[in-house]
Amino acid sequence: MTGSESPQRASSAPADDAVVDVRDVHYAIYGRPIFAGLNIRVRRGLITAVMGPSGTGKTTLLRLITGQLFADRGQVSVFGRDIASLPGSQIYATRRRMGMLFQNGALLTDINVFENVAFPVREHTDLPESLIRTLVLTKLEAVGLRGAADLMPAELSGGMARRVALARAIVMDPEVLLYDEPFVGLDPISLGVILRLIKQMNQALGITSIVVSHDVQELATIADQSYLLSGGCVVASGTPQDLARSDSETVHQFMTGSAEGPVKFHYPAPDYASQLLGVDEA
Amino acid sequence: MSTRVVRSGYLLEGVRRFGLTGIFFARLLAACVRSLARPRLIVAQIFNAGARSLIIIMLSGLFTGMVLGLLGQDVLQRFGAETALGEVAALALLKELGPVLTALLFAGRAGTALTSEIGLMRATDQLTAMEVMAVDPMSYVAAPRFLGGLIAMPLLVAIFNVIGLYGAQLIGVGLLGIDRGTFWSQMQSAVSMRDVTEGIVKSVVFGAVVSLIAVNEGYQAEPTAEGVGLATTRTVVASSVLTLLLDYVLTAVFL
Repeated sequence: MTGSESPQRASSAPADDAVVDVRDVHYAIYGRPIFAGLNIRVRRGLITAVMGPSGTGKTTLLRLITGQLFADRGQVSVFGRDIASLPGSQIYATRRRMGMLFQNGALLTDINVFENVAFPVREHTDLPESLIRTLVLTKLEAVGLRGAADLMPAELSGGMARRVALARAIVMDPEVLLYDEPFVGLDPISLGVILRLIKQMNQALGITSIVVSHDVQELATIADQSYLLSGGCVVASGTPQDLARSDSETVHQFMTGSAEGPVKFHYPAPDYASQLLGVDEA
Repeated sequence: MSTRVVRSGYLLEGVRRFGLTGIFFARLLAACVRSLARPRLIVAQIFNAGARSLIIIMLSGLFTGMVLGLLGQDVLQRFGAETALGEVAALALLKELGPVLTALLFAGRAGTALTSEIGLMRATDQLTAMEVMAVDPMSYVAAPRFLGGLIAMPLLVAIFNVIGLYGAQLIGVGLLGIDRGTFWSQMQSAVSMRDVTEGIVKSVVFGAVVSLIAVNEGYQAEPTAEGVGLATTRTVVASSVLTLLLDYVLTAVFL
């Protein structure tokens, strides 16, 4: 699929390799529309990037996929089943097949790093302690933090917390990993490590990844498929190279980080000069 | 905006909050059954809500008992009945002061801690993370804290009462010279099982109410610094007012 101003997927043919299929989703919060006909298809084994300016509903999309929110209209299918039609127990069963990395890590602050990573294992399995220990240390080693197992979350830097959260997200060997703004506020070393880890998880473990972010350059290096959201729907999709070559004004503005373009930088406001001179108040 | 519209706005908001708390309570009860499978979490919360409130409860109990000793002796001697100090102190503590003061202190110490802890867990996405990990935060976070508070409160009231009686005896017997035997025998003969039951029922009801309000406010708090602060304030205000209101109702029931 190439980038265009109206690339909404028209086909409704069954997509066998689609792990997540978002079809014509409409969603509003307090009457403010977030999505108006959103279509996204995440294929098994690929890294799918969802990009867009702040406030375009990228995190909301992840909450729709995990069944924490439900679409007002349209359908979100996960592993081939409409998440909104599932009973609570089935939604929980679906979530066990997913992992999610939160923007701030969202580690449980009253238990240490080891216990944070062990948390899902203890909750969902009856594995013996020795096996849990091996499993947790293996995952911590993968993110380079085996030595930090005894630290409390408050003792970790932002980058370390996110790596621990990543270890926790993969400890149950999920089929799908959701990343919510994984690159925000990271130093170059941590950023490089997280990028490599996302790629490694995908290549070594075959985990399908959905990365929600607005860091275009970083995503371009790892994503197989990209969607650019704006105004409640997908304005462009394709490989990062497709997006880079797109002649769409919206895509160009987003990829180059320009303040001028179809996506307004300024929140709607009265005339600047009039407001400064107090004309409105009069 | 007219006064009537403002009033109906407050009324609607009050009804909405009452309804939300009712729904939350029903969900919480269901989660309590599930959380019984995690006794370790409940014990941890009994420690957090109970053991960590011990110092303030013991100190308050001691001084309350000492004041009872002083005032009781002063009032009773006007009627030549100062030997009844043990009886007065025991009834005042068991039936009224023990449960009510402990509940008010519990709301200020443990209730606020519960609300702010759960509110901050929401603000930092910890509850959302649990949901995504297919762990129900109602069973893992809310229910153990509610049960911990519910169990801790009667224990704290019992400790408050014991220390309070010791404080009353310290002043009445040690300072004002009432006979020790009279002090305790008067108490033994005057206090009935019904009085003890009244205190226990009050402590359980207050424990349930304060814990429910604290957990509910934390759970429903706006995930912002201001939201958590407001929720904490609401916990103290609502817990205190409801404790005193229910105290009147329960006292009337037991009369």
